Amino acid sequence: MLALEGVSRSFGGLLAVAEVSFTLAQGSIVALVGPNGAGKTTLFNLITGFLVPDRGRILFEGRDITGMPPERIAALGLVRTFQIVQPFARLTVRENIAVGAHLGLASRREALAFADEIAERVGIARQLDQPAGTLTVAARKRLELARALATAPRLLLLDEVMAGLNPRELDEIAAVIRGIRAGGITLLLIEHVMRAVMSLSERVLVLNDGALIAEGRPAEIAADPRVITAYLGAGAAERMLKERARA
Amino acid sequence: MRSAAAIALVLAALLPLPWLVHSDFWINLAIMALYYGFLGQAWNLLGGYGGQFSFGHAAFFGTGAYSSAVLQISLGVNPWLSLALAGAAGALTGALIGALSFRYGLRGSYFALVTLAFAEVFRILANSVGFTGAGVGLLIPLKESAANFQFPSKAGFYLVILALNGLGLLSAWWIENSRFGARLLAVRENEEAAQALGVDAFRTKLAAITLSGALTALGGTFYAQYFLYIDPAIAYGPGVSVEALLVPIIGGLGTLFGPLLGSAALQLVNQLAEMAMGDAPGLNLVLYGAILVLMIMFMPNGLFGLARLSSRRLVGRTA
Amino acid sequence: MIELDILLPAILNGIMTGAVYALVALGLTLIYGVLHIINFAHGSLLMLALYGVYFLYTLLGIDPYLAFPIAVPAMFALGYGLQRYVIGRTSHGKDENILLVTLGLSLIIENLALYLWSADTRTISTPYGFATVDLGVAVIAVPRLVAFLGALLVTALLWLVIHRTDLGKAIRALAQERQGARLVGINVEHVFAMSFGIGVASLGAAACLLLPSYYANPGIGRSFVLIAFTIVVLGGMGSFAGALLGGLIIGVTESLGGLFLGESLGQLGIFLIFIAILLFRPTGLFGVPRMGRP
Repeated sequence: MLALEGVSRSFGGLLAVAEVSFTLAQGSIVALVGPNGAGKTTLFNLITGFLVPDRGRILFEGRDITGMPPERIAALGLVRTFQIVQPFARLTVRENIAVGAHLGLASRREALAFADEIAERVGIARQLDQPAGTLTVAARKRLELARALATAPRLLLLDEVMAGLNPRELDEIAAVIRGIRAGGITLLLIEHVMRAVMSLSERVLVLNDGALIAEGRPAEIAADPRVITAYLGAGAAERMLKERARA
Repeated sequence: MRSAAAIALVLAALLPLPWLVHSDFWINLAIMALYYGFLGQAWNLLGGYGGQFSFGHAAFFGTGAYSSAVLQISLGVNPWLSLALAGAAGALTGALIGALSFRYGLRGSYFALVTLAFAEVFRILANSVGFTGAGVGLLIPLKESAANFQFPSKAGFYLVILALNGLGLLSAWWIENSRFGARLLAVRENEEAAQALGVDAFRTKLAAITLSGALTALGGTFYAQYFLYIDPAIAYGPGVSVEALLVPIIGGLGTLFGPLLGSAALQLVNQLAEMAMGDAPGLNLVLYGAILVLMIMFMPNGLFGLARLSSRRLVGRTA
Repeated sequence: MIELDILLPAILNGIMTGAVYALVALGLTLIYGVLHIINFAHGSLLMLALYGVYFLYTLLGIDPYLAFPIAVPAMFALGYGLQRYVIGRTSHGKDENILLVTLGLSLIIENLALYLWSADTRTISTPYGFATVDLGVAVIAVPRLVAFLGALLVTALLWLVIHRTDLGKAIRALAQERQGARLVGINVEHVFAMSFGIGVASLGAAACLLLPSYYANPGIGRSFVLIAFTIVVLGGMGSFAGALLGGLIIGVTESLGGLFLGESLGQLGIFLIFIAILLFRPTGLFGVPRMGRP
């Protein structure tokens, strides 16, 4: 469904994304992880048209979308959320979601009705009439998700949708995400919350310093020395592996 | 559709005014209130709903005024037809300025500056070119008849400006209840987030400025027909640009009736000031400036904006 | 081919005027660089300063060149007060609001001047008003030459304040990183007001230098504002060197434009440059490119 071929992007002298290539099968749910500054959000920006790659290609459902503007990519069914939530502050929750719904629906009434449905699914139905600017962080994250969902995407890119949530909220969001996947939408998640990564995803891609250093099933990745090194440094990795070998 | 009903109610209530009030003074006041209200409505489309603050709406106003005046005077075109053509000219000007500004990503203060510059360019051109009468301006020959868009009694002008207000209100209502409007508001609140949801921000803003330009140009034509004289300072001067933005700010940006309310309030203040301080030059603009500063300081949401949350319950959901 | 002896004086005059424009623009670029405010009231404040210097001369007999010690501190105080108690209080954090407030201020100042002093153009005649200096290649009016040299001097002084004093350091820190500056104990509101005050004080200096060869009337604020903006945008928002260079370029452009196209169309050239820069190179010649847009 999604294919990246040698995608690279620099800022000044800094190579933020280095020759990243991977494919995403339709219907899968994949996590993109890596330490802070690894280039995950930059990669999202490149995939969704907010940044243009210096090199490489991005193909969505067989179509080359490299360099397309964000709104066109979204219209093709590839939609993302933002790590730092971006609500339409002075619009109500319903109106916020309706903007997403309007991607596929021209009628105002239908879009607003659909927004109600989506809000129900995501769990913010109670706040439908509230201005988005007054929501709590957790609610805003759900709104972010709801808006993107309302566009009826085929591939959804979620950027740290779980950050800052307490365990109960995490479980709720996880359930929503599983529901989204069950509805046939392919998911690519940037996540730091390891619980979520492990339980939700089928496959994990690990980014470090802009390069893809590992990919595989969650359990494999957790034991991968390169991944541990990337997160904890070489010394800690050595120690951990020694302990495991002893156990 | 409560807001649609409200619009109909307001228009119906205002309709019989010329037959209920017989003082020329009050009818003129009403016309002026509606006229500034209309200019404000036009500005509000781009500024209030669209969030793009233009400081140079005179560019559209003057183009409308001059287009219709020149068409009438030099080419003998019927004034009503000229009105329509002037609207088209305003739309074109809006599209041009918008295409340039938005294509190059101008927002906020930069956008305000560039619109100011455009208005000045138009003013200088109008001042230097022959067919606009240059600095002397243009006088539209007096020939009173309804067919000639010059009414012997004020009632005629009143009805026209009321109709234009209806157009303005309808446009605002459309924005509050359409996909286009939803997208425009989204762009206003957060352009990147809107793009991520498939909204073509450029096209959306372009449409808004084109519509705003067209309506403002109609306002310019009305002015020309009502006063029968325009010159570069009147048509393209900063006065118009300021009035166009002041009215919605007072009344409430991005609201249906804000511009009208703001205009009424402004007319009231104007009259009071004139009574208190006489008709001194420049004084009313001092007042405008002071009101602007005070509004931003204490009531940035305008008169209507204050009541916004409760008005939501009055007018119902914007659905 | 235009005669060199017409072209050269035009260019020289342009440079002379340009230096004073640069001084006006410097205040604007300082204010923008530190506070990120586009001060629409800049032109009308200059107009106010010009009237101030005018009345100092006509009512108290103080020569404009000697009025610095009065004009500059007075304008500084005005600027400080405006930022601290009006503009700073109204923004509520939104750019558009500041824009509107400075617009409102410019309306108030301009029209108050119109009301108080009428639209009559005021000029002064000083004993040296018509003196000229023969530079060989061209004959230059003394007031213009003094204005040129004075502008350069004040610019140098401004540079010293910004780069060699503690206040200047605080100002530069604030310009780069607001939160950080607050954290190290800089009184942000005060330094903002100081910056605005300095920016407006330079208008006091500019007025003293300008009046002998120029005039005062309520409307000149508007023409200065757009010229100042053009210079600041041309040179790059926040750049001293840019404002100086930009001022000279615009001064010469205006002079040559007036020569070839006549006064009103000459002004047109400046606005077209302004629009072109905003569209195609908004960071200007020396501006620091920003990731987003203001």
